[in-house]
Amino acid sequence: LLTGNAAAAWGARLAHVDYVPAFPITPQTEIIETLAGWTERGEMDARLVMLESEHSMLTAAAAAAATGVRVFTATSSQGLLYAMEMVYAVPGWRAPFVLVNVSRALASPITLEPDHNDVLAARDSGFLQLHCATCQEVVDAILLAYRLAEHPRVRLPAIVNLDGFYLSFTREPVQVPDPAAVRAFLPPFDAGKLEFRAGRPVSQAVAVIGGSAYSYFRYQAHLACLEALTVYDEVAEDFARHFGRRLPAVDRYRLDDAEVAFLMIGAFSTKAREAVDALRAEGIAAGLARPRLLRPYPVEALRSALLGRRAVAVIDQNLSAGKGGVLAAELASALYGCAGAPVIASYVGGLGGREIAPEEFHAIALEAIAAGRVGRAPAPRLLYTEAELREVRKLQAIALAEPRNEGATP
Amino acid sequence: MNESQPVTLFRAMKDLPSAHLLAGGTAMCAGCCGLQTLHEVYDILGAKTVFVNAAGCMTLLANYPYTPFRGSWLYTAMASAPAGAQGVRDALDLRIRKHGLPREEDLTAVVLTGDGSAYGMGLSSTSAAIERGLDFVYLCYDNEGYGNTGQQSSAATPHGARTATSGRGNPGFKKDLFAIWAAHRPVYAATAIASEPVDLARKVEKASRLKGPRLILALAPCPTGWDYDAKDTVEIGHLAVKTGIWPLREYENGRIAHTRVPHPRVPVAEYLRRQGRFRHLFEPATDEAAIAAIQAEVDAYWNAVGG
Repeated sequence: LLTGNAAAAWGARLAHVDYVPAFPITPQTEIIETLAGWTERGEMDARLVMLESEHSMLTAAAAAAATGVRVFTATSSQGLLYAMEMVYAVPGWRAPFVLVNVSRALASPITLEPDHNDVLAARDSGFLQLHCATCQEVVDAILLAYRLAEHPRVRLPAIVNLDGFYLSFTREPVQVPDPAAVRAFLPPFDAGKLEFRAGRPVSQAVAVIGGSAYSYFRYQAHLACLEALTVYDEVAEDFARHFGRRLPAVDRYRLDDAEVAFLMIGAFSTKAREAVDALRAEGIAAGLARPRLLRPYPVEALRSALLGRRAVAVIDQNLSAGKGGVLAAELASALYGCAGAPVIASYVGGLGGREIAPEEFHAIALEAIAAGRVGRAPAPRLLYTEAELREVRKLQAIALAEPRNEGATP
Repeated sequence: MNESQPVTLFRAMKDLPSAHLLAGGTAMCAGCCGLQTLHEVYDILGAKTVFVNAAGCMTLLANYPYTPFRGSWLYTAMASAPAGAQGVRDALDLRIRKHGLPREEDLTAVVLTGDGSAYGMGLSSTSAAIERGLDFVYLCYDNEGYGNTGQQSSAATPHGARTATSGRGNPGFKKDLFAIWAAHRPVYAATAIASEPVDLARKVEKASRLKGPRLILALAPCPTGWDYDAKDTVEIGHLAVKTGIWPLREYENGRIAHTRVPHPRVPVAEYLRRQGRFRHLFEPATDEAAIAAIQAEVDAYWNAVGG
C-alpha cells in the first residue's frame, strides 16, 4: 500500500534521477520529505536541494536539465502559480525533466483540497501534461513521462498530475515496478545537444529580435508537443510490454455501445466509473472517456472514443471564470463539425474537493441523454445542492452574527 | 589587505590582459560602464565560465544567432538567476561525480545582474544562494536604476537623483547591498568600479581563487540613465571614488577593509554637477542644503570607518 505521494517519490527513485530541487507545499510535501530521507540515507544517489521558492526551484530544475542531468521536482497549487513565469519560460529551453503537481484548488478563498485550476494554468506553457487517477498510475506515469519528455522527437518538460488528498494521502495497492525492468524501459539520461561543459561553449535561452525568429521557435515547441502524441502511443506500448499495464492516451470504460459518456480527468473519474456501473445495472448505456494525456491534446483518440455517442457529459473540476469548464470547451473544439458528434453537456463540479455524489452522476447522465435525443445541448450547470446552500447560509449567519469589536468606536 | 594572500598578478595597468575575451559589436550603449566592467571581469575569469543572466541591460548581449561570449551563457529571469546558477553548479558536480565528466570540463557559475534584480526582485534568491553556500561569482553592474527600461528608480538609486519615475529627485536612500552580503558571511564580497581596473582585477583574481559565494559589486556610470556625455564615463567613475561616494571595499574572514581611502576627499558637488540626474540641485539655483546633506552622509560614512 502506497499513498500517491509515496508513489511519486518511488517514480523519481526508480527513474534514477540525479537532482531534486525542492520546496514544501501542502499537499505535495511528503514527496520531497520521502526523497530527502532516501538521499540522506544513501538509498538514492541524488542531490536534493531546498530552494527558497517554487520560482527558484523551477529555474534550478531547468538549469540543471540544461546542464545535462535527470531532474525531478514537485509542487502544488499556489506554488505552481508562483513558478508560472518559469513554467512558461523553460519549455523553450527544450531541456526535459519531470514536475509532479499535486493538484490543490487556488485562492481565493485559500483552501487545501483539490481541483484542476492550478494545473490548467500551465496548460498552454509547452509542458506535456499527464493526469493520474490512481496511485499505481502515479508511479507508472512518472516513468512514462521521462521516456516521453526525453525522446529525441519531443525534448520538452512534463507535468504529472495527481489530485491532492484523494490520491496524495490515500493508500492504495501499488505494484512498485521492478528496477531491472525500469532500467530496460528507461535508458540513462541523454542530454542530447544540450549541456554545459568547458569543451563545448554554448549560449542557451538567448533572446531573439523580431516575430519571425520568435514564431519559428514557438512553432517548433508546439510541433514537438504535437509529435509527442505519436511518441506517447509508442512509449505506452513499450511500457505495456515491460510492465504489463496499459496506459492509453485516453482511457475508455464501457464506451463501445454507450449512449452517454462521461468525460473526466484525475481521481474523481473513478467516481464516474462507479456511476457507469450503476447506470449500466439500471439498463442505461453509460460509459467513461478519461484523457490521461491532456497536453498534447489527444484529438484523434477522443474522436474515436466519442463520435457516435448520443451525448457526452463533461464534468470539469475547474472553472474558467466568465466561460465555464475548460475541458468542455476543448472537447467541443475537437468534435465540432465531425459526423456523428455527440451533444456536449457541460457540468462544473468537485471544486475545492467538493464531493460529486452518485445521484448527481445519475441525474447528469439522464439529462445528457435527454439532450442528446433532442439534439440540443443543455445550459451549462454548476453542481450545487440545496443542502449545501443551506450549510453555507448557516456559515454566513455565523460570520455576520460575530459581535463587532466594541472597543473601537468609529 | 590580508598578508597571507597569494601574490597578485596585477600590480599595474601593464599587467592587465591586453585583448578582450568578450567580442565587440554588442547592443550596449556607448560609454556603458556595465559592459566595461564585464570586459574586465571576463578577461580574468576566462572562458571556462557559464554566465547565468538575470533580466536587465545585458539580456540582449546574446541575441540569436550571435553571442559575444567565448564561454557559455544561460538566460534565466529577473528574480532567479542565482537559482539558475545553483542548478548549473549542482548538475556539473553531479556529472563529474556520477557520470564521468572530466574535471577539466568544469565551469565557474557566474550570475550577471543589474541593480534592479540584485537590490530588489532577485534579493530573495540571492540571499538563499549565499545561505546555501553556493559556489558562484555574483557580478552586479550597478547603474543605480532600472536602466534597460529607461532609468526608473530602483532600490539602488541614490537619494536625490532624478529618474524617469522621480522627476524631483529620488526620495529613497540607496540600499547597502555590500553590507547585506557581508551580513550573510560569504567567502568574499567586494565593491569595485571599472574605472579602477587594477583594483577590480585584483578583486576578481582573489574571488577566482576562492570557493563559495563571491560578490563583485561594481558601480556602473550610465551615460543614458545618469545623463552625461558618453566620453565622461571614466572621469565620473574616478570622481565616485575620489569623493568617497563609492567606497572600494572588501569583505573577507569576517572583516571589512577598504582598498582605497580617498584623502583628501573631493567635495561630492564635483561628482554631482557632472550628471544631468542631479542638475536640479544646481539649477536654476544651487540647493545648498540638499548637497550638504549628501556630503554629510559621505562624511559620516568615512568618519565611522576611520577614513
